[in-house]
Amino acid sequence: MNDFPWLTLLIVVPLLGAVATAALPAGHKLELPKQVALGTSLLTLVLAVVMSFGYDLDGGFQFTEEHTWIKTFGAHYALGVDGLGLLMVLLTAVLTPIVIGASWYDADPGATLRHDDEAAESRHTKAFFAWALALEALSIAVFAATDVFLFYVVFEATLIPAYFLVGGFGGNKRRRAAVKFLIYQLAGGLVMLASVIGLYVVSAEHGAPSYLFGDLQGITIDPDTQKWLFVGFFIAFAVKAPLFPFHTWLPDTTEQATTGTSVLLVCVLDKIGAYGMLRFCLGLLPDGTQWATPVVITLALISIVYGALVAIGEDDMLRLFGYMSVSHFGFIVLGIFVLSSQGGSGAVLYMVNHGIATAALFLVAGYLIKRRGTASIRAMGGVEKVAPVLAGLFLVFGLAALSLPGLSPFVSEILVLIAAFQHHWWVGAIAVTAIVWTAWYVLWMYQRAMTGPELVGGRVEETRDLDRREVGTLAPLFLALVVFGFFPMPLMKVINPYVDDTLQHVGVHDPAPTVAIDGHTLPATEGGQQ
Amino acid sequence: MIALAAADTFVKPHLAYGSLWPILVVFGAACVGVLIEAFLPRQWRYAAQFGTALGAIVVALVGTGIVADRLTVRGGGVARGYFGSQGTVALDGPTMFLWGVVLVFSLGGVLLFAERHVEGGVSAFAGQAAALPGTESERQSAGLDHTEVYPLLLFAVGGMMLFPAAGDLLTMFVALEVLSLPLYLLCGLARRRRLLSQEAAMKYFLLGAFSSGFFIYGVALIYGYAGSMDFGAINEAVINNAGNQTLLVIGMGMVTVGLLFKVGAAPFQAWMPDVYQGAPTAVTAFMAAATKAAAFGALLRLLYVAFGSARWTWQPMMWVIAILTMVVGTVLALVQSDMKRMLAYSSIAHTGFLLTGVLGLQGAGELHAGQITSLEAVMFYLVTYGLTTLGAFAVVGLVRDSAGEQSTISRWAGLGKHSPVVAGVFALFLLGMAGIPLTSGFTGKWAVFEVALAAGAWPVVVVAVLASAAAAFFYVRVIVVMYFHEPDADSAYVVHPSILAAAAIGVSAVATLALGVLPGPVLDLAHSAGQFIR
Repeated sequence: MNDFPWLTLLIVVPLLGAVATAALPAGHKLELPKQVALGTSLLTLVLAVVMSFGYDLDGGFQFTEEHTWIKTFGAHYALGVDGLGLLMVLLTAVLTPIVIGASWYDADPGATLRHDDEAAESRHTKAFFAWALALEALSIAVFAATDVFLFYVVFEATLIPAYFLVGGFGGNKRRRAAVKFLIYQLAGGLVMLASVIGLYVVSAEHGAPSYLFGDLQGITIDPDTQKWLFVGFFIAFAVKAPLFPFHTWLPDTTEQATTGTSVLLVCVLDKIGAYGMLRFCLGLLPDGTQWATPVVITLALISIVYGALVAIGEDDMLRLFGYMSVSHFGFIVLGIFVLSSQGGSGAVLYMVNHGIATAALFLVAGYLIKRRGTASIRAMGGVEKVAPVLAGLFLVFGLAALSLPGLSPFVSEILVLIAAFQHHWWVGAIAVTAIVWTAWYVLWMYQRAMTGPELVGGRVEETRDLDRREVGTLAPLFLALVVFGFFPMPLMKVINPYVDDTLQHVGVHDPAPTVAIDGHTLPATEGGQQ
Repeated sequence: MIALAAADTFVKPHLAYGSLWPILVVFGAACVGVLIEAFLPRQWRYAAQFGTALGAIVVALVGTGIVADRLTVRGGGVARGYFGSQGTVALDGPTMFLWGVVLVFSLGGVLLFAERHVEGGVSAFAGQAAALPGTESERQSAGLDHTEVYPLLLFAVGGMMLFPAAGDLLTMFVALEVLSLPLYLLCGLARRRRLLSQEAAMKYFLLGAFSSGFFIYGVALIYGYAGSMDFGAINEAVINNAGNQTLLVIGMGMVTVGLLFKVGAAPFQAWMPDVYQGAPTAVTAFMAAATKAAAFGALLRLLYVAFGSARWTWQPMMWVIAILTMVVGTVLALVQSDMKRMLAYSSIAHTGFLLTGVLGLQGAGELHAGQITSLEAVMFYLVTYGLTTLGAFAVVGLVRDSAGEQSTISRWAGLGKHSPVVAGVFALFLLGMAGIPLTSGFTGKWAVFEVALAAGAWPVVVVAVLASAAAAFFYVRVIVVMYFHEPDADSAYVVHPSILAAAAIGVSAVATLALGVLPGPVLDLAHSAGQFIR
């Protein structure tokens, strides 16, 4: 079964779906393109799930394909997934149909997120769904590429659909947000290009130039060169992730984009940043990684605390989620760069959990904002009374974001925190404060927006509860949060071999355990006891 | 006495007609074009001139393929070819590659020149060049077609083919003039906005003449240094360290300045925005693509063959010029409000990227097996850049309002809504110039940055990637205007072209995509061209 080009199929199907969606005649209700888009994304999901049944838990790259692409450049069309890649591909495949379902009417003519926004144009309706599918295809390609050149190409190519999604749909200032988004990403990407080319030069010095991940891992790169290459890669991924001080595009973008777009950006595309750090910084440049660890951990800590503190003061719900993500990405990067198996496993698990929890939060907030016509927390209130299901789900997803035990983000956050304390007590001490800040802004937001008396002159009575479509898009995310909160073992089984391989390559070993719990079983027991 | 003595020892020069004939076809067709202009009735001229020019270029292109196929291997297999005309013309792999490139661009140029649909039945050139703007005679000539442009184009193409093939400094100078003079004329022949066009021609001519002065003065100094005009002999003089080093350095500098004028490198770029803006758009498209290819070919041959052994002298200077060119082009492009001027500054920035490839010259021993050479990288970049630029300017020629071409960027608002195909193709060209992956610009950039990095020029590469990032901003700004701004009453509209311009744009667009996705064949072709013969 492993000879079957599963990954190519996973890229081609949504891509064809995107073309079909764009080419279909839009009837007056615009249903057909949407149905094709949803069908394609569901088909992709089914294929991804079927593929993962064939995944061997021993780790290593699987479902590999390799063809020479540009001989002169040493570039190959080479695909394959290991534990990390598989989870990211699955996350992408799960979130895309949910986003399409949730955005069903968001791109219709006349649809607006806030009341003062200008309406999207009718001929653009199909484009939203086509771009979303294109983004899915390219994201899967990013997570499946095992050739650095191919990775770079699709990494940059994801910007095109993302740019049109941000620039075409959402708030009044979306064009500026889209340009800012694109310039940040392009600048980061081009800095990385210097490092990508540097890898070619290094590889040419060691014989035939090749961009294959396996070939590059096989050569020993001079530690000084590694530092330069690391800086190039890291800046690109820090912009993508985003990490302080490269984060300012994220709140601007989440504020202006539709919530569906935000889910794709924050929950899928931004994962490429963390993914790239794991894959390229740790995987190819172990010496550079060890050299940069103190600086990166400092940036991660600043992101964690700074993102959380700014989030407390935000009135715009969508900007608040943007800053919340900055804080959470700080945790992921911290987990990656403390270089221990708890930290690594925690970080990868955090990537999955953050994807699920933040997607859920964005979507439910989007439903609310559309009903209220504003994203301002101050202008809301009393939603609990009229829309209990909406408010309840909002609370659950908010609690997930603040890592309440019993919901899946808890497991990953506790792993990262343990690893942070093992690394150095003050690193852990700073990171752990985020639990308080997060609780503060999430609960305070809930209190102001959902409880209390109904606003005078407000439109609370118009605030319908969630309909079946909306509940349907949130239900899978809710289930995932609960199931993986109590039973993260399936995910850990996929993650742990990958983390062990990577850490072995970096050349670090876990500190000797000071308590009598085996590091790998820790998540299950901790999570299970809740 | 001397003449007699020379006559005694006269040997019939070996001209290598068998390999030179593609150039001769072009020059011959140009002469035929002049005769057509003199003897054929007016109503037949358009068809005859267009047919002659198109035919000559196609025949020359086929001929280039045939000649390239028969080149003999020399220099231990790294180069192919031989000298013709007693060493004044080097017929080698890179020459053939650049001939092909120039001819392909010229083909696009001819198609754009012949486009008559957009102006409502006449070409984009002034009916009568001599008629003063605003006079009665100009109004009388309004319905006339100017067909001298085809022979002018062919003369320029012939010069462009000779330019990178020149084997000595004098031939190079002659080629430089042959390609430049028709272009000065062509720039001044716009049908609309004639004063701007004539101003452009004047500026181009004056600054071009100025740069020729630099060039010829440098040639004299180099001759004083090496005692020969021949590139091979100059190279030997450099290796043997013969002669006065000051003469060499100053001469090298001056000759290079002459060529840097032509490619539009800072600080010699001042003419480009005015000329690109004022010239008829079809001429700009042809000139931007083909002149750059020819001039870079000449620059490469001069620096690699004649001064290759003195590269420690010129490489630092090239670092500075490349950095300056990229910064000037990018920064000034950011503030342009006119599409043609913006593309001109972007062209300057691309000159900087090309120079990044030029300074990536490494000795034969320093290159690793399978690694791309700087010559290959620059030649490949010329292909990607030229096709994208040709297509972009061709599209600019289609966007109009009642007064003719409308190249003010803000007037392109909403083009994506009412002309989705044209706007989409233009966006593709812009993305290609910005170097977004899966377009030709990216593979080209990768190639030139790689050779510079391999040669240790990492500061230049860092500036280059930062300049690329900044450059993306002004390309994207145009896409924003086209797609995300609402059209109003003043907005320009697209005039649908005939099959001629449509073919040129279509081929450019396909090439922009194809060279981004599967650049392999063209890279292989550049690789098989091998090195310059020495």
